[in-house]
Amino acid sequence: MEILRFMVENLGLIGERAVEHISIVFVAVTIAVVTAVPIGIAITLSKSAADVVLYFASMMITVPSIALFGLMIPLLSPIGHGIGYVPAVIAVILYSQLPIIRNTYTAIANVDPALREAARGMGMSTFQRLRQVEIPLAVPVIMAGIRTAVVMNIAVTAIAAYIGAGGLGTFISRGISQSDPRQLVTGAVAVSLLAIAADLFLALVQRLLTSRGIASEAPA
Amino acid sequence: MIRLEHLTKVFGDPQRGVLAVDDVSLELPAGEICVLLGPSGCGKTTTMKMINRLIEPTSGRIFIDGRDTTQTDPIRLRRSIGYVIQQIGLFPNKTVADNICVVPDLLGWDRRKARKRAGELLELVGMAPATFLDRFPKELSGGQQQRVGVLRALAADPPVMLMDEPFGAIDPINREVIQDEFLRMQQTLRKTIIFVSHDLDEAVKMADKIAIFRAGRLEQFASPDELLARPANGFIESFLGSDRALKRLRLVTVADAMVAGHDAVRGDDPLDRAAELIRASGHPGVVAVDAEGRPEGWFSLPDGGGSTASRQPLRATVSTATDLRNAVALMFAHDMPLLPCVDDAGKLAGVLTYRSVVKSLATGAPE
Repeated sequence: MEILRFMVENLGLIGERAVEHISIVFVAVTIAVVTAVPIGIAITLSKSAADVVLYFASMMITVPSIALFGLMIPLLSPIGHGIGYVPAVIAVILYSQLPIIRNTYTAIANVDPALREAARGMGMSTFQRLRQVEIPLAVPVIMAGIRTAVVMNIAVTAIAAYIGAGGLGTFISRGISQSDPRQLVTGAVAVSLLAIAADLFLALVQRLLTSRGIASEAPA
Repeated sequence: MIRLEHLTKVFGDPQRGVLAVDDVSLELPAGEICVLLGPSGCGKTTTMKMINRLIEPTSGRIFIDGRDTTQTDPIRLRRSIGYVIQQIGLFPNKTVADNICVVPDLLGWDRRKARKRAGELLELVGMAPATFLDRFPKELSGGQQQRVGVLRALAADPPVMLMDEPFGAIDPINREVIQDEFLRMQQTLRKTIIFVSHDLDEAVKMADKIAIFRAGRLEQFASPDELLARPANGFIESFLGSDRALKRLRLVTVADAMVAGHDAVRGDDPLDRAAELIRASGHPGVVAVDAEGRPEGWFSLPDGGGSTASRQPLRATVSTATDLRNAVALMFAHDMPLLPCVDDAGKLAGVLTYRSVVKSLATGAPE
């Protein structure tokens, strides 16, 4: 009851923190999509390049986020951004690479070779083939990668409160340091709800981007 | 017109690589269907794919209507050649209309004009445009997908088409229907077609010319009738099978094999006239016709060799336009050693006997 009252009284603050949280994840994942999708497409051309890229991207997500934030302090301090928004965004970009690159690579590499042959045989250039055939067919799987990245990084961003990036994680970190269950639970519930809402929203986007011709085959 | 000159393809190292196509030369006149036939791995598909440069030849040249294909940008070349593949390869993310219009769209045709053409093409194969234009490939049956696959290749009206086992993925009954449909379209379209197949019956049915491949070499290039009548070597003979004579039946019409000018008996002839005619002609029987000359029965002599002919019911007749395969099937099915052949008006034009069938096969294809 006490927790609910806290939430209602602090709705404005929760909203503000949520906007900070969303801003970090949105900006970072957008940048990640712009880099990871082309990388994922490019590595379909070479199996060995794909192995190397996927290996590094996998290593990246094994680094604990708190350690990554710690590592970035000395690296980014010279440009005055050792803590705060910038390292949070960079961390999310890095963590987003693996799910998006891997899903893009898998989806493009698994396009039926017969379709690729038909496209070539009818006179499509490589770019036309990507735009008209391969990417539209890969959309559901690429979107699944983006959803994984978003949900995962909403959690990572909660930790970024410790380096002063703001966001809903602030409630959690203060709740812990002040032994205040009201803030702790509020933060935890808000982060979870945000993750669920973001995933549902992206599922809708995925449905809009997926051709009706392949809709039923799309993974949920 | 398509001309291949000393076409050779070596995969891998030019000295020690795999020789897939070995010095193939052939010339296909405009408007004809050439079936490339042979066991798998014989180089037929490689030969076809060199024509639209999906595979670049190691040496040799290809001319389409006198133009060397290596002088054309491969993408422009491919847009000017219809392409049908065995797996159909319709783009599942595009509607039927968009699939058919792939090449027109690549060529920058007016969108509305291209969609109108897609509708016209669908009507050609009996698919209602209003129903099908906006469907997706997964909403079509296998036969419908196959038809759309062919229409897609026809959309930009290319003079030349390459078809890689285009009817291989459908069941035998539908395959026959689509083959017939395609041959009917080809009669008006007159495309120059290279058609890859491993099915001899399909080749005999579709081809104006058959090119038989073995281990990358062109073994024989001839019309189906000539091929079946005079296989050039032992390999081709065994590839065609010991029943190749039966396969030729499809290529010969009843009109070519029947004995014309059959002396028939009429209702008012005396009874022993039938036996007389049978003995005179050497046929196993004689047809009886009515006043208009339509067959109404036939007479045969008893097995023991008696002298009085007995009347048999008329269980089947055959039109002169039928192919021999169906005619012989009728003779077998109805136990009729003498099959009356009728013209369009239903009048007796001649008779088919086992002997006349054998004789027409023995004479062979015209040189």
